[in-house]
Order: sequence, then C-alpha cells, then structure tokens
Amino acid sequence: MAKPGLDGHDRGAKIIARALRDGGFEVIYTGLHQTPEMIAETAVQEDVDGIGLSILSGAHMTLFPQLLKELEKRGAGEVVVFGGGIVPDSDIEELKKMGIKAVFTPGESTENIVKWVRANVADAA
Amino acid sequence: MGIKKDSKLRRPSCGEAGANLLSGIGVNAAYSAVDLDASGEGPGEYPFTRGIHRDMYRGRTWTMRQFAGFGSARDTNRRFHYLLAQGQQGLSTAFDMPTLMGYDPDSPRSLGEVGREGVSVATIDDLELLFEGIDLGAVTTSMTVNCTAPILLAMYVALADRRGIPRARLGGTLQNDMLKEFIAQKEWISPPAPSMRLVTDVIEFCSNELPRWNPVSISGYHIREAGATAVQELAFTLADGIGYVQAAVDRGLDPEVFGPRLSFFFNVHNDFLQEIAKIRAARRMWASIMRDRFGARSDRACLMRTHAQTSGVSLTAQQPLNNVARVALQAMAAVLAGVQSLHTNSLDETLALPSEEAVTVALRTQQIIAEETGVAATVDPFGGSYAMEAMTDAMESEANAIIERIDQAGGILAAVEAGYPQQEIAESAWKFQKAMEQGEYVTVGVNAYSEEPAGSPVETLSLDSEVEKSQVERVIATRASRDASRAASALAELGQAARSDRNMMPPMVEAVDACCSIGEISDIFRREFGVYNDPAWT
Repeated sequence: MAKPGLDGHDRGAKIIARALRDGGFEVIYTGLHQTPEMIAETAVQEDVDGIGLSILSGAHMTLFPQLLKELEKRGAGEVVVFGGGIVPDSDIEELKKMGIKAVFTPGESTENIVKWVRANVADAA
Repeated sequence: MGIKKDSKLRRPSCGEAGANLLSGIGVNAAYSAVDLDASGEGPGEYPFTRGIHRDMYRGRTWTMRQFAGFGSARDTNRRFHYLLAQGQQGLSTAFDMPTLMGYDPDSPRSLGEVGREGVSVATIDDLELLFEGIDLGAVTTSMTVNCTAPILLAMYVALADRRGIPRARLGGTLQNDMLKEFIAQKEWISPPAPSMRLVTDVIEFCSNELPRWNPVSISGYHIREAGATAVQELAFTLADGIGYVQAAVDRGLDPEVFGPRLSFFFNVHNDFLQEIAKIRAARRMWASIMRDRFGARSDRACLMRTHAQTSGVSLTAQQPLNNVARVALQAMAAVLAGVQSLHTNSLDETLALPSEEAVTVALRTQQIIAEETGVAATVDPFGGSYAMEAMTDAMESEANAIIERIDQAGGILAAVEAGYPQQEIAESAWKFQKAMEQGEYVTVGVNAYSEEPAGSPVETLSLDSEVEKSQVERVIATRASRDASRAASALAELGQAARSDRNMMPPMVEAVDACCSIGEISDIFRREFGVYNDPAWT
C-alpha cells in the first residue's frame, strides 16, 4: 500500500491496509509523500505481488504511469498495480489502458477490494 | 433503474442509549428537566455556550466564505472576482500541494500536482496576480496553508507594503495549525518542535504588527475528516489550542493581546443535534481554558470565534445530487450553533474539484438559510432544550476526559510525537468503516436506497494541463529577473534567524519581497530544522 505524491489524506490507505491484513495478506504500508521511484524501489526490495496506490490529489494521471515506468525499469513489470481515490470515470478508462488493473472510487467496500485482491494478485496468504 | 433497500440493514432500536458512532456520546430517546443544568446563562455572556454575541446574526450575519483555488493565479483571481460579485464577503484561498508542502513548480516532487488542488503560488509575483484588482485593505482573506504558512503570510504582508496599504488594516486568517497536520492532514516539512516554533513566530509577529489578523485557525475539521468522532475532534482541537497558547505564553506574550485573535475551525457532520452541542461545548470549554488555565481576564480573550465547514467525507459519489440536502442540513446545524463564518461544500466534491455551478448552489444554500428560513433572527434557539443542554454537557465531559489524558502524557506536543491522537483517530475511522459495511450506519444511496447505475450525472470541472508548464516557466523567469545578490543575502539572513532565537517573520518578509520562492525558503527549513518522515502508524 503506497501514498505517492504530496497529498496527506491517508484515511483510505490505512483502512485498506488494515482490511487486507485482516483478510490474511501481508501488507507493507510505505507511509506518506513517496515518489514513484521510492515506491518501485520498496516494491522490488520487499518482493511484493501487488501495489495499491491511494491518490486524492488529482495527480493520478502523472503518478500512476510513472510508477509503471519505474517498475518496468527494475524488471518488475509483472507486479499488479491497482489504486483508489478521487478519480473521474474517464480517467479510470485511460489508466486501465495504461496497465492499471483496477481503480476503486469513494463508497467502495473494503470487502469488495479484499475480494478483488484475492482474485487478482498472486500468492495470497 | 431499480431502487433497492438493503435487507441486511440493521437500525439501532429507538430509545437505545449506546455510544453514538459519529459523535462519541450516548443519546437518549427523550430528555427531561432532570437532564437540564439550568444555568440561566444568556447569549454573549461568559462562558459563551449560547454564542459570543448578545444579538448574534441580528447584528451581523455570518460570513459566507467559500474556499476556492485552482490552476494559475489568474484562474483563481477570476473565481475570486466571481465570488465577490455573487455576494460572498470574504476570500478563502486553496493552494496546490507543492505550495502547501514547500516545493517550487519546477521541483521533481511537484510533477503532476501544480495548480491541481488549488492555486500555485511560488513567489510574490504569483500572489500579486492572485489579488489583482482586490483591495487588501477592504477584504478579509483566509489562507489555508500550514507548514508554509509563514511564507504565504510574509508574501501577503510584502504585497500590502508594495501597494502602500498599512499592515494594521490587513484582515484575515492563516490556518497555520501544525499540530493538526501531524495529527490528521499530514502536510509537514520539519518535525513537530521546530514547526511549533514557526507557529509561535507567526503569533508573535501578528500580535506586534497585524492587529486584525488571526495568526492561527485551530482546526478540528481535518481531525474529523480523518475519522475522529465529534468528541475526539473537540478534545484534540482544544488540546491543540492549549498547546499554542502555552507556547505563546512561554514566549512571554500576553493572552489578553493574542487571545482575542485566536480562531477555530470545526467540522459540521451528519448528527444534527450533536454537532450543535459540540460547538456549544467548545465555546464553553475554551472560555474556561483561557480564564482558568491561562488567567485571561477579559471576555474578548475568552470567547471562541469559529469558522465551520460542512463535512466532505459525509458526501457521496453515488447519487451526488443528494449531497445538496446533506450540505443544507449540516449548514443549518452550523448556523443554529452560532458560527462566525461558514463554508458549504459542493455537491460534486467526491468526484472532482467543484464546478462553478456546484459552488454557486453551495453558496445559495447559505443565502437561503440566511434570507429565507428566519433562523438567523433568534440566538441559540436550542438553548434550554433538555436534549441540547444534556448533549452539550456530555460533549464537554467526554472531551475533558481526553484532554486530561493528554495533560498527563506531558501535553499535546508529546502526545503527537508519541502518535496518540493519530492512532485513536485511525481506530475510529476503522470502526466507522466496519459499521458502514455491516449496515449499522446508513448512508442513503450507498448502503441503502441504492440505484443502478449510481454513476455521475453531474458535469465536473476539468483542468487545463497547461498550468504546470506555464507555472514552471514563471518561477524560472522570476528567479532569472530578480536582484540575485539581494535574494541571496535575504536567504542567508533567514538561515541565520533560523539558527538564532529571533523571530523569523521579519527576514521572511524581506526574502519574499526579494522574490525568493516557496521552495527556496522551505529548503532553509529542511536544512536548519530537518525533515519529518511519516512514522506510518497503521
């Protein structure tokens, strides 16, 4: 679970981290104010299966593709990247085309997100 | 399109007096004279439970202050002129993330964030454009900014100096509430202790130079939005207030002088009665804190003036037009609670930055309350109600218990450094999420009365992607055209002030007037005070 960019609204990220942990996953939360480079680096070091990005600042169209690029650079292109935040529908379509597997928006239940991660991210505990 | 009412939904049974999920206090089915503490207190009298003015809105209606800012300074300047033309009385500025976090538009950390969530201000040149055609001596300006607050205030002062407006005429509010940043909103540069020093520098500077300026807006809003209950919002906010007053007193400042300029900012969430009770309790508690803890003598130093904003997290992306009703009810609660200024949220905020139409509906909501409903004619209409007085008492005693725990832990700074409020809030947020998903808490259009599709029927604002490019060019141009040696020596002087115990504001005003940028000045904070890293408590 990662918070890229300068936005500090971490209520959602923390709730999802906790819900996934309760769901039996091992979760690493990066903390705030991470660059895509820092997130990719952590992902490689911790050998993660998936990365969930939480963005509420509107910078998703810049930060999501940057993370994909940074992962690619490190040979970690197979890591499943998904996200959540205030993201307009039209942007979600574009992000999916770029390779973001899912984008969850306000009102989504943690139950659905955990279910999705279980189905789409490898090696669930 | 089918409407479904979720069958697994459970409602709390009527008369149940359990601790309320959102407010944190128990609620009875009915209240009677035995619940009433008949103090006979009138409005405008210490401890101001019933409001800070005898005649409240009969004397003057609350200030309708809509928070606005996006894109370039020119874009926001246009929105300011529009809002003033629509009858808004005060300006409220939203800055973008790089401005709030101390990065220039051309920093790699700013990529994709310039002008996105607010207006981009890197140097005094941007501030000049932002307030073009606006008389700084006539409007009041609220600037929502925290770790870079001293820099933005310095720019505002330097701009007024350039325009020949006496500093004594400048009216406004700086949020400048760093404790709640560590607790809830999480915008910071340096660790808590040096951050408190900067807040105190601003309080001191304002009490000497800007008698009409509120140097800190002690904010519960973000604490609540991060998941706190009403009781926690009340307790942590007042504990923050105690922290600032103590720091100013330790600096040798007189609470009689700076006390009257402290202002507050509360959230107004869904629980209609408890939210009113919370604000009534806040006023009473603050009055006693100022008098009994800090020895303030005058009413002016003891009375709590507060801004309020309807709750962003209570709005839903599903069936977004319902948000108009939520905002109206919350705004009504704020008015019945006797707040001094109010921001009403826009119906489309969970989807994107608000459109002009949505902002107008939000402002009209306040105008309808003020002009059509008649509630503004009576001060504290709930005063004396069994239920309201009992809830006010409950808010006060629950919040006081938390404040006592903070006192015992060595004060709010120590509590924040240990992560106590942060973890308490995360716990409440989690409980709320679970209750919502289990149907114990009903949100219309989300877990009850939902419709398919629930997509967005409202037009949202889309931003011009050229803003970032032009802001990058502007800051580079400003750096190239300024008097380089004046800028360099102003920055050096500021670094020296940081290392001494001098107030940093006077050299800050010189630095921004010399066109030093937000990023350059924040780099001095980073170098001299260190960088705070998120402890990532989960």
